[in-house]
Amino acid sequence: MAKRYYQPEIETMPVDQLKALQSDRLVKQVKHVWDNVPYYRAKMEEKGVTPDDIKGIEDLHKLPFVTKDDLREAYPYGLLAAPLKDCVRIHSTSGTTGKRVVAFYTQNDIDLWDDCCARALTAVGAGDEDVVHVSYGYGLFTGGLGLHGGAHKAGCMTIPVSSGNTDRQIQFMTDLGSTVLCCTPSYAAYLAESIEERGVKDEIKLKAGIFGAEAWTEEMRRDIENKLGIKAYDIYGLTELSGPGVSFECEEQTGMHINEDHFIAEIINPETGEVLPEGEKGELVFTSITKEAFPLLRYRTKDLCILSRKPCSCGRTHIKMRKPMGRSDDMLIIRGVNVFPSQIETVLLNEGMTPNYQIIVDRKNNTDTFDINVEMSQEMFSDNLAEVTAKEKQLVASLKAMLGIQAKVHLVAPKSITRSEGKAVRVIDKRKLYD
Amino acid sequence: MAVKQISVFVENKSGGLADITKALSDANVNIRALSLSEATDFGVLRLIVDDVFAAGNALKESGHIYNITDVLAVAGEDKPGSITKIFTVLAEAGMSLEYAYAFFAKSQEKAIMIIKVADRLAAKKVLKEAGIPLVKEEEIAKL
Repeated sequence: MAKRYYQPEIETMPVDQLKALQSDRLVKQVKHVWDNVPYYRAKMEEKGVTPDDIKGIEDLHKLPFVTKDDLREAYPYGLLAAPLKDCVRIHSTSGTTGKRVVAFYTQNDIDLWDDCCARALTAVGAGDEDVVHVSYGYGLFTGGLGLHGGAHKAGCMTIPVSSGNTDRQIQFMTDLGSTVLCCTPSYAAYLAESIEERGVKDEIKLKAGIFGAEAWTEEMRRDIENKLGIKAYDIYGLTELSGPGVSFECEEQTGMHINEDHFIAEIINPETGEVLPEGEKGELVFTSITKEAFPLLRYRTKDLCILSRKPCSCGRTHIKMRKPMGRSDDMLIIRGVNVFPSQIETVLLNEGMTPNYQIIVDRKNNTDTFDINVEMSQEMFSDNLAEVTAKEKQLVASLKAMLGIQAKVHLVAPKSITRSEGKAVRVIDKRKLYD
Repeated sequence: MAVKQISVFVENKSGGLADITKALSDANVNIRALSLSEATDFGVLRLIVDDVFAAGNALKESGHIYNITDVLAVAGEDKPGSITKIFTVLAEAGMSLEYAYAFFAKSQEKAIMIIKVADRLAAKKVLKEAGIPLVKEEEIAKL
């Protein structure tokens, strides 16, 4: 039987109790990082804050922010707060200039993360009679193993099919009767089309889907829902914080409940760092208050968002975040992979080329297309076409190595890339990702 | 006794070629021969012109990427078999061509073949030994 909540006592906890729990955990977490992470201690000392100054969530604003730059600087072990012998896993995302972000987990961290994902699955109606089809990639990416662990905890039969191989996906769906699909929204849309093409929609038993790791619009949601005949739910998370399940949608589909017993959310003015009141749009900042191995205090996500504590008809009391409404930096998410324009600049410079480029991202047939126009330069040119194409191939390979995804490179005429007010337009994103 | 060839980068978009030839004609440069090799998104336009210096300046000013390469210009009779003779001589000397293209010089009633080889001096030597005449830069200008 499917349950209404996975952990009812926590998910419907009265707000004042929830805040007291957060305060208690925050105080302990601050002490934990102060004692175990010299990098944090130095940052706090620099700001003149000690654990004694943090008596509850009302003192949160006193703590310094942590950014992706800190994670890179501290790579790989600089922010580790638990002994390595207690760590059981890592996950990782690509970062700028080739340096990755690596997050560590103790067994307890994994358990709590799995709980978060189990709450998300339970919220969409998954229970012990369900077959959860996990088409997120398994591996360093958190999508696959996160929903996998959650599905186990929720007692579902789990198909760890991972991404790719559409025929196999559809065969398992029809043969084993998958009821809940977990993948990126673009892959869900792709699968929906493939199912239509093969004329097997009648053999599909899906009732719900959890789709995250990419921005998607309400329009795309309706499209997936209509094509697959399911309810499509959003899920949010960051590898830095654990993975998917930092927040998730309930049946109301009007925002994602943040798992506040594990994460404290703030909205700040991205320019000044000032904390904004509930309901105002700003940058989302998270503090993980239960993480043992890789706790983050006031981590700036760069996602622009609005929080709301209006009572939800689902009965959950945890604060809701809207779908992110954009980024406060220039990061692009292409086919689920984080791409910074500066990475392309680095590759071009490494290859001895002039860094005049333009990224064009679009979505065709529900898949992101990724093109990079590179202005031809004297260094790259030759009267011999084969030499130029060899250099072009080398460039494509170096970009793939740096970014982790394939881009189509087009060599274009010098000075042909659009410049507005003298500044080259580096990114043209034709996808309509934000409502 | 090499001939200067100008190679220009052409983006594969409509008007890409006209852009280059217009820059040249505006500078009063006359194109003697032209060959284009293309990849998916771009091409390399190779030109033999009457005034390499003026052509280079015109391309630079109009913002094109180009380079100048030494190639050989070989004259053949305008009759069947003359081009075969050129290729045979080079092949027998074990030389392979990077690329080649030909044009007809009306004033001389001759076919002129532009060839690019890795070792230009060696190629020149075997062609001379086989009695195949080479065309000089100045002659190209006067055609």
